[in-house]
Amino acid sequence: MDIELLEIRDHLGRFAPFDHLSDVLLDAVVSQIEVSYFKAGSEILARDQETHELCYIRSGAVEMFRRSGSLYNRLSEGDIFGYSDLLRNKHVRFPVRAIEDTLIYFIPERIFERLCEEDDAFADFVEAGGSRLKMTVEQQRRESDMMMTRVRKLINRRPATIEAGASLQHAAQRMTDQGTTSVLVLSEPGEDWLRNFTDAQGHEWRLAGILTDRDFCTRVLAAGITPDTPVSEVMTEELLTVQSDESVYEAMLCMLRSNVHHLPVLHRRRPIGLLHLSDIVRYETHSSLYLVSNIFNQSSDKGLARLSADVRAAFVQLVAEGATSQMIGRALSTIGRSFTRRLLELGEARLGPPPVPYSFMALGSMARDEQTIITDQDNALVLDDRFEPGQHDDYFAALAKFVSDGLDACGYSYCKGDIMATNPRWRQPLRVWKEYFSTWIEEPNPKRLLDSSIFFDLDSVHGEEAFVEQLQDLVAEKASRSPLFLAAMARNARNRTPPLGFFRTFVMENDGKHNNSINLKRRGTAPLVDLIRVHAMACGSRSQNTFNRLDDIAAAKLLPEGVSDRLRYAFEFISMVRIRHQVLDIEAEREPDNNIEPENVSSSDRHHLKDAFEALSHAQKFLKFRYSTSSKSSLS
Amino acid sequence: MSPLSSSRANPNDWPLFMASCAEAARDPRLRRFFAAGGPAPETPIGQASLVALDLETTGLDPGRHGIVSIGVLPFSLRRIRLSEKRYWVLNPPRTLTEKSVTLHRITHSEIASAPDLDDILDELLAVLAGRLAVVHYRNIERSFLDSAVRARLRERLMFPVIDTMQLEARLHRRRRWAWAKRLSGRKPLSIRLHESRQRYHLPPYPGHHALGDALATAELLQAQIANHYHPETPVGELWS
Repeated sequence: MDIELLEIRDHLGRFAPFDHLSDVLLDAVVSQIEVSYFKAGSEILARDQETHELCYIRSGAVEMFRRSGSLYNRLSEGDIFGYSDLLRNKHVRFPVRAIEDTLIYFIPERIFERLCEEDDAFADFVEAGGSRLKMTVEQQRRESDMMMTRVRKLINRRPATIEAGASLQHAAQRMTDQGTTSVLVLSEPGEDWLRNFTDAQGHEWRLAGILTDRDFCTRVLAAGITPDTPVSEVMTEELLTVQSDESVYEAMLCMLRSNVHHLPVLHRRRPIGLLHLSDIVRYETHSSLYLVSNIFNQSSDKGLARLSADVRAAFVQLVAEGATSQMIGRALSTIGRSFTRRLLELGEARLGPPPVPYSFMALGSMARDEQTIITDQDNALVLDDRFEPGQHDDYFAALAKFVSDGLDACGYSYCKGDIMATNPRWRQPLRVWKEYFSTWIEEPNPKRLLDSSIFFDLDSVHGEEAFVEQLQDLVAEKASRSPLFLAAMARNARNRTPPLGFFRTFVMENDGKHNNSINLKRRGTAPLVDLIRVHAMACGSRSQNTFNRLDDIAAAKLLPEGVSDRLRYAFEFISMVRIRHQVLDIEAEREPDNNIEPENVSSSDRHHLKDAFEALSHAQKFLKFRYSTSSKSSLS
Repeated sequence: MSPLSSSRANPNDWPLFMASCAEAARDPRLRRFFAAGGPAPETPIGQASLVALDLETTGLDPGRHGIVSIGVLPFSLRRIRLSEKRYWVLNPPRTLTEKSVTLHRITHSEIASAPDLDDILDELLAVLAGRLAVVHYRNIERSFLDSAVRARLRERLMFPVIDTMQLEARLHRRRRWAWAKRLSGRKPLSIRLHESRQRYHLPPYPGHHALGDALATAELLQAQIANHYHPETPVGELWS
């Protein structure tokens, strides 16, 4: 390829979807490009004109308009347009105008078709709507980083050590005291300097060998060796070690190759830890489960508070392992529920058994199994109908305060809207809750609708699950038969709209205005949750989780074909972008939040986010049409 | 009076000049080229067949220096088609200077195995025939080609060109008060290819490659017409 065309090729190769093309295909594109200059303000594609080219913006910026004349999109360097027309009927749907002096590279239709045929990633990218998101979402799921994580991340304590002259019994005692399955054996520094090291106290040692619990079985007991024999006579002298900056993957391969379960981890020549095969297994699959078991082992609220840092670590690790937003949401909700349940157990231990049965109820994201790393507490108490305020409320007020304070100390900050069991209004017997919910559904007003959107994601965390189940049943039955309520909820679900997309380093709003950042929860996941909840209530679903609700909606055939899948991918994608940005914040030691700045959004993520926003926007419009009150309510 | 000087007096005589050259030319390749002619002066630029042409040379003097490479890119006001690009590295009869070697990113070995202009003249003229050439700084492209053809065939090769540098000069150097600005010590605007493109917000391309510069020139002409002329502007007002 000629040098000057290499420059064009390099430019294309920096932007999606060309960034993944093979060199052969990229050359084929470049050699067929046609170039044209458009002055600011001039028309590039007119509505309904025939089109047989894909358009690539080499420099400048363009705007696309809807039939109504409203702004559809604003694009700049490296963006493409015209592909949906090529896939549709080869006529321009959204006219395009240059808003700056613009240089366009036109790629002929036959090359576009060849790219679609020969490169699946390219085809997925340009195919309208859901499938592009689908591909990305599924690809993210497969990417794991066991290759990237360094061994030192798995080391959380110093290795147990013993001097070579000590007795086997002494060694066994030390392993028991420290709760380890192996011990490193140290001796005076020797000739073999590679094994010599200086410990933290400045003492010189030689790493002489290792002794494991397995050795006690095979070399001590089975061989009839007495407990007073020196360690040095039984230990394994041939040591396999791993450097602390090697990958977990390498360490695992090393263990599997040599069939060892213990691997000393060295920093240069100094042992800093002992890796057991189970550490890797735990890291790979179970770290959030270990956290949960650790939560239940705590005997005080202070002990629980100390675990709050582990929540972030588990979160970061889940993301690093390529977990989906659903897995992450469930893991974090399980952790949150475990904190809550353990605090209730500790509270009961302190205050005595409850005077009447109760259910401690989680609301909002925890009830939906969709918690992220930044979350406040939303909870309430549903009490047995035998509850007598004068007699019993002191107990439940104290229990609620203990749990709420404890959760705050664990990183689940107090709810700003006071939706907590500490609020007497939200600490009521079951019959009062039924009255609340019935009134909200039968006579909606703005305040009640707001409460509904929080309280109608509900689940029992601890105590009498049946109480909360009765409330879930009530909502499922009543809401589906209340068109006025559904219409009001649908109206509310359209309050928060997504932006149009991104333009350079800005978030672009529907009116073309620019913002510096976007709150992905407020403008993405929350409105999706809201609108999916409306459909779920309409089909009488009892599910709380957004993905499960989508399954119920699809089964009820409430939405046009394919729509619930589009919403699923949109929800997953926006959730993952939000989660990945929170991980970036944590890793950069910033306080994580829900905001993302466009300059930190990759070129392909921009396209996918635009698709996801569009899916949300369409779904909000459909909501208006589906649950309009005007005709239906007047008939009923 | 030579045909050349008559054409200078009235630029619209280019078709006449080309026709007379076609009759006078001895080399069949030149004869075919001149006979193909070019657009009439009243042809709107928006409908003209154009061809961007750029030479890289070993120096600035056609009498002493040679052509190292030629880039040619047929285009119209609407589209520049990369698929029709042509590019030749040539072996100039005069030795390369060190400076030009670094300038053109062409190595001695590439040049040693390259053909002479005479070998590719047929192909080159076939692309130029019937099209109006567009160059940035005609004194290089036209003079070097003329001089090289004269040295080989003892015949002239002269044709009309649109010079994008001259169009920039018309805009920025020959306006009223330009002399006053110069007097007041203000630096005149640069009309070199790269700087001219910047004024139209065209992206920077790496320079000093014949094909890259041909592409850059073609884009510049599209931008100049879009900003200062009209697709209906007759080519006779633009060529020289």
